[in-house]
Amino acid sequence: MASDSIALDHNGHEPSYLEYEGKHKGLLGWILSTDHKRIGILYLISILSFFAVGVTLGFLIRLELLTPQGTIVGPQAYNEFFTLHGVIMIFIVVIPVIPAVFGNFFLPIMLGAKDVAFPRLNLLTWYLYIIGGTLVLLSLILPGGAADTGWTFYVPYSVRTGTNMIFTLTAVFILGFSSILTGLNFLTTIHRIRAPQMGWFKMPLFAWSLYATSWIQVIVTPIVGITLLMVIVERVFHVGIFDPSLGGDPLLFQHMFWMYSHPAVYIIIVPAMGVISEVIPVFSHRTIFGYKFIAYSSLAIALFGSLVWAHHMFATGMSDTAEFVFSLLTFVVAIPSAIKVFNWTATLYKGSIELEAPLLYALAFIFLFSIGGLTGIIQGALNVDIYLTDTYFIVGHIHYVVFGGTGMGLFAALHYWLPKMFGRMYNKKVARVAFWFVFVGFNVLYFPFFILGWMGMPRRSYHYLPQFQTYHVISTVGSWILVIGLVLMLGNLLRSLINGKKITERNIWGGETLEWTVETPPTFENFENIPDVINGPYEYKQNEPATIEEEVK
Amino acid sequence: MIADASNFVQSVDSTFIFIVAVCVFFLVLITVLMITFVVKYNSKRNKKAVNVHGSIPLEITWTVVPTLLVLVMFWMGWTGYKQMTDAPKDSMVVDVYAQMWSWSYKYANGVESDTLYVPLNRPVKVLLHSRDVDHSFYVPAFKMKKDVIPNRINTAWFQPMRLGTYEVMCAEYCGLRHSYMYSAVVVMPEDRYNAWMTQQVQKQKQDSTADSSTSEKSM
Repeated sequence: MASDSIALDHNGHEPSYLEYEGKHKGLLGWILSTDHKRIGILYLISILSFFAVGVTLGFLIRLELLTPQGTIVGPQAYNEFFTLHGVIMIFIVVIPVIPAVFGNFFLPIMLGAKDVAFPRLNLLTWYLYIIGGTLVLLSLILPGGAADTGWTFYVPYSVRTGTNMIFTLTAVFILGFSSILTGLNFLTTIHRIRAPQMGWFKMPLFAWSLYATSWIQVIVTPIVGITLLMVIVERVFHVGIFDPSLGGDPLLFQHMFWMYSHPAVYIIIVPAMGVISEVIPVFSHRTIFGYKFIAYSSLAIALFGSLVWAHHMFATGMSDTAEFVFSLLTFVVAIPSAIKVFNWTATLYKGSIELEAPLLYALAFIFLFSIGGLTGIIQGALNVDIYLTDTYFIVGHIHYVVFGGTGMGLFAALHYWLPKMFGRMYNKKVARVAFWFVFVGFNVLYFPFFILGWMGMPRRSYHYLPQFQTYHVISTVGSWILVIGLVLMLGNLLRSLINGKKITERNIWGGETLEWTVETPPTFENFENIPDVINGPYEYKQNEPATIEEEVK
Repeated sequence: MIADASNFVQSVDSTFIFIVAVCVFFLVLITVLMITFVVKYNSKRNKKAVNVHGSIPLEITWTVVPTLLVLVMFWMGWTGYKQMTDAPKDSMVVDVYAQMWSWSYKYANGVESDTLYVPLNRPVKVLLHSRDVDHSFYVPAFKMKKDVIPNRINTAWFQPMRLGTYEVMCAEYCGLRHSYMYSAVVVMPEDRYNAWMTQQVQKQKQDSTADSSTSEKSM
């Protein structure tokens, strides 16, 4: 679109994407908008709403586990709670959140583009997302009850249970399409519409992380789609695919499920790693350490991460060869993550560090994700995994990786980019206080899981033996601290959007990527002209000793 | 010293402790470095940053060292696992049946029981059968576990090394009363186990004669 078709405001100033009025006005101007920034905001609102539902369910699970049995609900309700908590948090919150919100909003700007490659397709993904999310919520209300299989939907139980499985399975199927199309859109955007001088190694690391993630999304998501569709076919038409009583193979289901759901962990974590790679250099005011190593390690994670799925199945009685190979590859995939952690830490060295909220969350990411990754290594060892699989140890591990990783990455991103998106600054002091509640609450809540797991407490247990109660009580108290932190944090951000300090400064934090060169909040078309990309993303030339020529001047 | 509950405890514990030690070392290293840098290079003290673009020797070090360490961990895990798969030929064989939501055991001589009674120090091989959905045979004290999958007979084995009663749990979620699916392994001295078995065999004989007499009557 040529810039002359945009209505300028009375000062002759191009309006921001928030004020811009196109064909539609008001709400329609949002839900029919194909602007990548508005779609990012639509995703932000919807994903945070689902996050609130997921947190509430998690809170109730913890409350139930305060006593060995029957604290607030019965076993059926409990089973539905943890299933929905998992389904919502995994498929509706952490898989889409960073790409769909911050990827949509900032990827085109970071690449020097005016939008993603397929803006209408982009809007379609949001509608698919909303349909999927609504189906999951409907399964709660309709007679039959919500799915009670755990988020892993293992057959034969998922074929036999009487709950509203079809709603949940269809929902995940549809959400899968949303994810595939977002991935496809980003891949095309990165390949085709970067600014002319934006070479691959001038791309910000956030863009690299989205690139690696998008490949995983496009390649592996169809597998889970078709698998869940087959479970639906099995339920409705009694065709034997996975259920042995119909002639199927239950292990085939597990293989196909994890063939997606393990790489999905990397769909979840790699974009958060991208956020961390942005935040650390900006708040250290220096160039990033080992740019290429961080970029390539994302690709290595995408590659090896797609080849380790059966480490979820070490206790299922696979062949020794399979156990050997999958365990070995599981250890190998730890290496690129370790490389990233070392490079991030080295980026702090000799910086000029400002400990603002985004950096606090980024450092929390490194600490918590390291615990998550290292406890993953513990379970990569075959004999140890035989003992620990399906216990609270794995529940602790997944929460440290997914919440400690992607959750902290998301909170870092919110504190880093939200002021840019809305032109309003949050209360920095409240943000720091909220951070400590979140960090302390998180560890008090989830660290006891490792102890419980090592003591032998099986996961997904409504009832437990009295020797486990002490740790459950500690954990539940942790959930209260965490919730206080989350309410404080999100409340502070929300409040800032209404009456936070207005900012128009372009470069709030001193970043060197392109989003800091555009207006705050960005205009509808991001750039008046496609920008010249002379510098790399983290050059921080002011740190270099001045050249003789400059001194003469 | 108290004996381990089973022959697997030692290898699982030693692998676990080795990996945890390495992990704690790296976690502490990273955390201490982060805190030191944040304090030392705080913008209040250090007004001007220095660009350090990277270091190939460092990149090589922190790629090679972790790689070697994880290979050691892998090998410990693999050898420990091999031990778990290869049951000795003279093992006593017991069929284990899992169903929603209980366990039952059947010995080679046809004796059935809700609790698994085994003699001390004798390797026991379990053949795992599911009557409905996926379950997992889990004896935390023995540090062993194996999934029980319908239409497929998984096997596992263990050698109990300490007298006592140990919990058997279901580790694979299987529906409403999954978390109540308990049973027990009772490890007995050899002579007491034999006495129990003799008693069971006699009881079974009586039952079967009683059965046949009732069936004769009904005919």
